[in-house]
This record gives sequence, structure tokens and C-alpha cells, in this order.
Amino acid sequence: METVADTIHPAIPIAEARETEHDNVIQTDVTGTVGNPFVDTPRMTCRDVYVYYGDTCAIKNASIDVACNEVLAMIGPSGCGKSTFLRCLNRMNDTVPGCRVEGQITLDTTDIYHPSVDVVPLRARVGMVFQKPNPFPKSIYDNIAYGPKIHGLTASKGELDEVVETSLIKAGLWDEVKDRLAEPGTGLSGGQQQRLCIARAIAVSPEVILMDEPCSALDPIATAKIEELIAELRTQFSIVIVTHAMQQAARVSQRTAYFHLGNLVEVGDTDQIFTNPRHRLTEDYITGRFG
Amino acid sequence: MQPTESTNAFSPEFNQRLKRRYRAEQSFKLMGIGAIFIALAFLVFLLSTILMSGYSAFKQTYIKLDVTLDKEYFPDEDLAKGDFQGIVKASLYSMFPEVSGRRDKRMLNNLVSKGAAFKLMDMVEADPKLIGTSFSIWVPAKDDVDMLMKGNIDMDQPEANRRIKDKQYERIRTLEYGGRLQMRFNKTFFTSGDSREPELAGILSAAKGSFYTLVITLLLSFPMGVAAAIYLEEFAPDNTFTDLIEININNLAAVPSIIFGLLGLAIFINFWGIPRSTPLVGGLVLTLMTLPTIIIAARASLKSVPPSIREAALGVGASKIQTVFHHVLPLALPGMLTGTIIGMAQALGETAPLLMIGMVAFIVDIPGGFTDPAAALPVQIYLWADSPERAFTEKTSAAIIILLGFLILMNAVAVYMRKKFEIKW
Repeated sequence: METVADTIHPAIPIAEARETEHDNVIQTDVTGTVGNPFVDTPRMTCRDVYVYYGDTCAIKNASIDVACNEVLAMIGPSGCGKSTFLRCLNRMNDTVPGCRVEGQITLDTTDIYHPSVDVVPLRARVGMVFQKPNPFPKSIYDNIAYGPKIHGLTASKGELDEVVETSLIKAGLWDEVKDRLAEPGTGLSGGQQQRLCIARAIAVSPEVILMDEPCSALDPIATAKIEELIAELRTQFSIVIVTHAMQQAARVSQRTAYFHLGNLVEVGDTDQIFTNPRHRLTEDYITGRFG
Repeated sequence: MQPTESTNAFSPEFNQRLKRRYRAEQSFKLMGIGAIFIALAFLVFLLSTILMSGYSAFKQTYIKLDVTLDKEYFPDEDLAKGDFQGIVKASLYSMFPEVSGRRDKRMLNNLVSKGAAFKLMDMVEADPKLIGTSFSIWVPAKDDVDMLMKGNIDMDQPEANRRIKDKQYERIRTLEYGGRLQMRFNKTFFTSGDSREPELAGILSAAKGSFYTLVITLLLSFPMGVAAAIYLEEFAPDNTFTDLIEININNLAAVPSIIFGLLGLAIFINFWGIPRSTPLVGGLVLTLMTLPTIIIAARASLKSVPPSIREAALGVGASKIQTVFHHVLPLALPGMLTGTIIGMAQALGETAPLLMIGMVAFIVDIPGGFTDPAAALPVQIYLWADSPERAFTEKTSAAIIILLGFLILMNAVAVYMRKKFEIKW
């Protein structure tokens, strides 16, 4: 069977490395992406994605793959469009008035922007964790159980209990909350709340988890726990994480994408991006010259 | 090194400015306190005048009569046709045997309310065996006697200018010394409907009318208002049409209420043929008036639900309607309830639109349902305030006390509901 990815793949020109440009003035008008944004067995593929808010173009011509069992980090200065791009992956941008997405994004070869695609099951398959911990103002148990309940994933109360327990265990929260599942989720500390949100996302067994700066509101200790958790979750899920902390990207991710003013400037292995960036903009950002 | 005396590390100009800033803050605080004080003073003045003039209506003067229910008063099989007025008169004449002449007798009879005969009638109908016996009962005194007892009639005025004549005054004193005159709790005020006689007038029919009207208003306006608000806030597309609807709803909230009354008269009564003066049509009109208030309050409380909750729900794959009903609505509900109760309190106090649909009629009977003619509390106040009898003045204030009591009760319920349904955030 010919997949969407197969048909589109060859058409994309892979930008060549521009090491020669290193001595030039900083280029802000970039065309094409440096490095190889594609992988052999993609879980999600994005091709020629443009995102508009009204007349403003927020993302210009981004093409990138998300591999299975990898953590893909997206970095870049504020307003560069990385969060916008992330929210395209589970169509959260649908709720933003005036937002328009062009191009093709597929999940397991299904075009998620096809009119026949229902956004509800899509979001069950592509879960999301937000910048600010946002547990429902319900009990810890209900926070986790809500997703499986509305999707009818469990047949009995016992099964549901099991899903809640395994989700909390996976999120590394079980030992801390097992005795107080009936207490409100909003009563937990910030780091616990964020892990609760991660548990809520994995309770519906998604394939991809999107994380939008999940640690920006947390202290270093809570951040370390979340990062540990991300590393463990990678064995089961694909994770796309937007982060401002470059150290975090370096620690948790396998591949890194650098966005600049709506352009996907460079994609590459995390080691390579942080040690030997191939684009001037990436280098400037990573070395802290701007951003 | 010695520390310097003051914090004069700054220039004198700076310190001057600092002082001015503090002075400005101080005077602003004082003005605020003054404003609150003046507002409170007005409120206390208003409430105390109403209470002072109204509390006496809860007491009423009663006269003790010795009645003999001779069989001759009941010539007919139908006991209701008995001459109860005659029994009362006979009792009075026996107490004051010296009274003679038509004028004199009328003055004597005028000490006792017409309600005395009705009271006897009720007793006889309940227990026909009373006929032929003699007993003592307490009956309401005429309103003028009541006013005299409450000190509202100045006996220093020339006789022609007072409602109580000298002879009547003497007899009232005689009754009082004989222990036959007593101030008692005014049960009639809470158990009967309107009446031409102040001593027989009560608030019950108006209170029940208001109650039925508000039930209709609540049942219609709450679901409609909340549904409209949810649709407009959560589902409606953001376009010129919805903008137009929003502007119109906001304008409707500011339309004078009497216009809604005219609309009700034209459509509900004249076009749909709903009986006038009924709580049903009153409720419909007040629904029109309350809807914009509820919609605006409900939309505001939906808006105040943090978007992160919507995102969280959408993020785990809840549909739009699940997001709204499982997560947004429970958080918005306390605000919606508060808005609704404020709207209902407004409706309870509304008079003008009810005047247009006939709820201003003089209605003695206590309404038993939504389609019985009824008055409403504020309309009753308006009617009594318009009555010439001196005794209606205190009834008016008493009715205002009752109305205010209901309003305070409703607001208390609003506060309670907000606390009860509030979700800790």
C-alpha cells in the first residue's frame, strides 16, 4: 500500500547544509529547512504546513516527521510558532477563531485535516499536556477516569480502577496519591498536578503525547521528575515537547527542531544541534546571542 | 557613624512629593468612607421609617362581645342567611342600653368591624349547634378605633374634623376600662386577601399571586436564559448576526419595564387570549423582562471559566458538548444562579408591567392557581398607598416590610447557593 508519506516524501527538497553561510550576516528570511526532518518509520508526518491567524502567517512551510518512540523537542524564541505548530498536531487550533491550517499532517498515514476525520478520536490518539497544569476541579480519580469514561474504553468499574492505577503508576504519581484518590486534583502541588495531567493524557492510551512547555511553571525538582517521566514514557509513546529551556531539550530529546519567526530553520539529532548547529540562526540561539 | 535622624537620603523636593502623595491617598480614603457613610445613613433612614410606620400593622384592636345566637335570627334553612349583623348590634345595644336614636346607634355600630358578622357566620357554619347559646368572642374593631388606640387620631382637634366623635370616644374608653378592648396579633393580615375595610385587609392573596407569578417566571426564564447563554457563548459562530443578537439582548435589558407590559397586553392577552390579571400572563411578561438579565449574567459567568479547563477537556478528546456540560457549566453554575436570583428579585419588585396586564385589579379572593386572577405584592403596595383610609398607611408599610423580607430571603438564598455550588479552584 502506498502511504501518504511515500507519495509526498520525494517531492520535498531537503535543504542542504549551509555551513558556508556561517560568516554571513544573520539571515532572518529562511527558505527551506537545514538538516533532515524526516525519519524512516514516521508516526506523524507534516508536509508543507502553513498556519494563518487571519491574515498573519504564523508557520511557513514546515515539513517534519515524528518518529515512533522518540522525544522530539521544539525550541525557538518566543512567538516563533512552535506552540502553534504543536497545536496543529491534534487540531487544538480548531478552537482558535480565524486560525487556518494548510498543508498535510498525517497520523499513521491518515490525513488528520481531512473533512471525514473526527477530531474527538484524533485527540484521544494524540494527547496533550499544557503549559500550566490544568487538572479538572474534580477528584484525582475522576481526573484520570474522565477520558476512558467518555471514550468507553472500560467495561467495568474494576477495569476503570485498573486504568486509573496504571496511568498513575506510569506517571510516577501513584505512591504519592494512592491513599487520597477522592481528594480534589487541584489540591496537589504544581509538579504533582502536572504529572496528574500527564497521567490523564496517557489514560486514554494515545500514540502521541504533545507537551507544551510542561515544566515552565514548575520548580527544578518537579522539573527533574517530569523529565525522568518523559524519558520513561518514550518507550511507549511518541512525545513532542515544546520547551524554552534548551538544557531540557538537550536532556530529554533525541531530535530537536529549531523554529524562528514561523520558519522551521533546522532539524537534527539533539546532540548535533547543540554541539554543531548547521544554521547560523540556530547557533546564535543556542549560544544565547539572542532569543 | 551615627545614623541620620530621618530617611533624608532624598532631596527635599522628593519628600515634598511623597507627602503630597500620602495626603492624596488619605483624602481619597476619607471621601470613600464619607460616601459609604452617607449611603448607609439613607438606607437606615429608609428602613427605619418603614419599620416605624409598619410594625403597628402587625397588631390590631379587638373588641370582646357577648353574643346570644337566638333562633329568631335564623329564619331561613340556609344558615348563611341569618341576621349576623343583627346579633352583633344586639350585643352592642345590651352593653350600652342608654343609646337611642338612629344616629347614635349608627355611631355605636361603627365601633365594630363588618368582619364581626362574617366571623360569627363562619363559626355557625362550622358548628350549627351554637345556635341558641350565648358566649363571648373577640371581634376586630373598626379601623378608626384601631387608629385611635394606636395614637393616630388627635382628640384635640374639633369634633367635626375627626373620625372618632366624642360619644364614640367615651364608649371606647368604657370598653377599655371594662377589659373589652385589646391589642392582639393581627392574624387577618397574613391569612386574608385585599379588602375595602383596612382591618380586614390582608397580604396573603398578593403574596400568593407573586409566588405563582415568580414560579412561571423562573420555570421559563432560567432554562431559556441559560440555554441561550450557552449557545451564544460556546457554540455560536462569531459573526455579524451573533453580534447583532448580543447588542439586542444588551439593549433589551435596558428597556423600561412598562414596555414589556404593553407587549404582554398586546400579544399574550389580546392575541393569544390568555386571561388577564392572572399569574400566568404576569409570569410571561416578567419572563420577557428577566431573560436579558439572566442571559447576560450567565454569559458573564461562562466567560469567567478559565480557558485552560476547556483545553484540558478537549485535549483528552471530549466533544464540544461534553466539554461544556461536564466541565464548563458546573463551574459557571454558581454565577448563573446568582444572576437568576437577582433577576427574580427584580421581577418580584416590578409593578409597572403588571399594571398593564390587569394585575392591578381589586381582588379579594386568594388565588389557588396560575389562572386565577391575582394581585402581586408591589401592586398591592401601590393600591394600598393609594387608599384614603388612614389605616392603610401602616398596611402599606407592613406590606413593604414583607416584600423586603422576601427580597432579603432571596438574596440570602443566592449567597447560599453560590457558596454551595462553588467549586474550590
